[in-house]
Amino acid sequence: MSIFNELTKKPWLADPSQIDGAPANQALFLPSGKVGLRVFLVVVTVVFLLTTIAYGDRMLFANWKSTPEPWVLWLNTFVLIASSVAMQWARNNTKRGNLTGVRDGLIFGGVLTISFLVGQLYGWQLMVESGYYAHTNTANAFFYLITALHGAHMIGGLIAWGRSLLKVRKILRSNGSVSDVKLSVELCTTYWHYLLMIWLILFMLLLIS
Amino acid sequence: MSNGVIEDSQVIPAAEVEEVELYHAKSFITKWVFCQDAKVIAIQYSVTAIAIGLVGLVLSWLMRLQLGFPDVFSFIDAESYYQYVTMHGMIMVVYLLTALFLGGFGNYLIPLMVGARDMVFPYMNMLSYWIYLLATLILAASFFVPGGPTGAGWTLYPPQSISEGTPGINGGIILMLVSLAFFIIGFTMGGLNYVVTVLQARTRGMTLMRMPLTVWGIFVATILALLAFPALFVAAIMTLFDKLLGTSFFMPEMLVQGELGPHENGSPLLFQHLFWFFGHPEVYIVALPAFGVVSDIISTHARKNIFGYRMMVWAIVAIGGLSFIVWAHHMYVSGMNPYFGFFFATTTLIIAVPTALKLYNWVLTLYKGNIHLTIPMLFCVAFILTFLNGGITGLFLGNVVVDIPLSDTMFVVAHFHMVMGIAPVLVIFAAIYHWFPLMSGRFLNEFWGQVHFWVTFLGTYLIYFPMHYLGFVGVPRRYFEIGETSFIPESAVVLNEFITIMVLIVGVAQIIFIINIIMSIFNGKLAGKNPWNSTTLEWQAETTPPGHGNFGKELPICYRWAYEYSPPGVKADFVPQNLAPDKIK
Repeated sequence: MSIFNELTKKPWLADPSQIDGAPANQALFLPSGKVGLRVFLVVVTVVFLLTTIAYGDRMLFANWKSTPEPWVLWLNTFVLIASSVAMQWARNNTKRGNLTGVRDGLIFGGVLTISFLVGQLYGWQLMVESGYYAHTNTANAFFYLITALHGAHMIGGLIAWGRSLLKVRKILRSNGSVSDVKLSVELCTTYWHYLLMIWLILFMLLLIS
Repeated sequence: MSNGVIEDSQVIPAAEVEEVELYHAKSFITKWVFCQDAKVIAIQYSVTAIAIGLVGLVLSWLMRLQLGFPDVFSFIDAESYYQYVTMHGMIMVVYLLTALFLGGFGNYLIPLMVGARDMVFPYMNMLSYWIYLLATLILAASFFVPGGPTGAGWTLYPPQSISEGTPGINGGIILMLVSLAFFIIGFTMGGLNYVVTVLQARTRGMTLMRMPLTVWGIFVATILALLAFPALFVAAIMTLFDKLLGTSFFMPEMLVQGELGPHENGSPLLFQHLFWFFGHPEVYIVALPAFGVVSDIISTHARKNIFGYRMMVWAIVAIGGLSFIVWAHHMYVSGMNPYFGFFFATTTLIIAVPTALKLYNWVLTLYKGNIHLTIPMLFCVAFILTFLNGGITGLFLGNVVVDIPLSDTMFVVAHFHMVMGIAPVLVIFAAIYHWFPLMSGRFLNEFWGQVHFWVTFLGTYLIYFPMHYLGFVGVPRRYFEIGETSFIPESAVVLNEFITIMVLIVGVAQIIFIINIIMSIFNGKLAGKNPWNSTTLEWQAETTPPGHGNFGKELPICYRWAYEYSPPGVKADFVPQNLAPDKIK
């Protein structure tokens, strides 16, 4: 569907006989869940984009003092990449019809994500122990803000992840079809990849500043 | 389809999409309290929004009592005055107008008008309302914490909003910011529903360009809100950090009682940019649904197809896009670079073009129409006049050289109340009078409706026209009392008294309106099915009000656009969207 073609139509001239001919509707050829997630990811992007712009704006101030990133962020980044890989593995298993593989992939992905969040908290602790409090420097404050916002989105993802895992367990017990959980796993995987990409950009931003 | 999950391979052209599996409530609680039916959620949203809106209305009375009769009411001091102003502004803009247009009318009308059974994510839709209610309760709770609600002004500009000396510095501002964050989270859940339902759940034949303009207005406004509210969210969270953790995102270095304060080198201007990046689209988040509703009501009650439907759609989309590049016209007095001001003045003038186009089209729709001066129509005509007035003063203020001297005067208060307060509220009234028969099966009382209309319409003009004059003579806004100021003439004092009396009279008319609604639910004249002879699908449902699942066994098929009024060669003066061509007489 071309949106421009659609918007230039003259509905008052339309021929009603089209109804029983060609598809008379322009619903997107995607499940609603996918469309909903894409719209949500746009909203998430705006949140992080605005935070990044605010960060960039404050960096231009003459008295900007950058803050050293705790070493654990590197480890956390690799853990998050691994969780994304695990989620992809779960997704691939839905295509193969391997339900236990889906379950294992989800469990690995979730555990790694929780490890990532614990690691981020440890990063905060390292910052505090080194005297880099939020109120002592705006760069510190941005560090806490950015990691908190990203972490909150990951926690939101874990709720969806938990629901998917429960669904998989239920299907395993009732010998149901993998197709019943395919969309949920796919949506989780997309969300994980997206949040990984956002984290990589944010981490890079923290490093270069 | 099974368990609400659709496989890629199962997705086929909508002409052959299977019936949606609806959630069916099993108890009173899930049917009427934690309900997933968009129509019930709409009513929950509307009742909550109107309830908190009435609080905002009372706050405006208190404000006006002080301005009209300073030093007469001992319970109003400077602190409480600023708290009234702040809470009135935030309640009316966000918690009433946004919630009512999108959460209320959006939920009720989108599924019905596009021919869907319900919203596509009903559970999330329900959560959206309960989070909105939580946000509203948190906001209302700030009236009861020590120090009361924040008095920082509805824009919540730091450093004032979180500095000593501002009312509500402890609990009030925190509750306000937390409430806003919750509101935005709740709205996002609802907003995703509105957008995806329009994209995915339209019935067979309901192409985008056959959608009523009400749906177009709500659809584009929701997209704006989804893109604009994150700015307010980020600003609220950062302000919370400044307040609670002592960070300096927005808080500059300040002397507090002769000593250096705890903050250093924050940027208050950054907050203003974030706030207005949300704040200006917010005007259109409220206005676009209003534009859509007015188009549909005018067309129905003038028995004439809307003039320039395509242009109306394009204008809605264009206004939506342009609304993101005009925000800094709210900041001309912040000391911005003149070239920056020039850019935003230019974009502000450009956005007037599609807006004016809509006004012309409404007037041309009325031209030679079979106008029925029903109450919804009266409110719509009043809206056109009011929006024109408010829009033209907006053009004045969009120019830097005019804005700077007028910015801190009552002229601005008059302008934005005309364009963003009264104009959309008139549309809300029009919409309630128009769709009340659908929601309840009964008409609102005609006589009290006339009283409500004339007192509201004339009353608001008697409030805001003189207020422009006050602004011109230099009466400042935001002042608790003017006192003896040499350049302000005696007439300004008398006018302030007059305005206050009119505010109270218009307020009483709103109470009449509320009583009319309550009485009409039980005793109103029965409306029957489709009492306005409307073409759109919501009126073609089997029952009035529409039952769970909206339509009967089968979803309607849409054969034509929404404006087939008075077509030549047809006996009736309207053809519903779902009437098959071979059944037209």
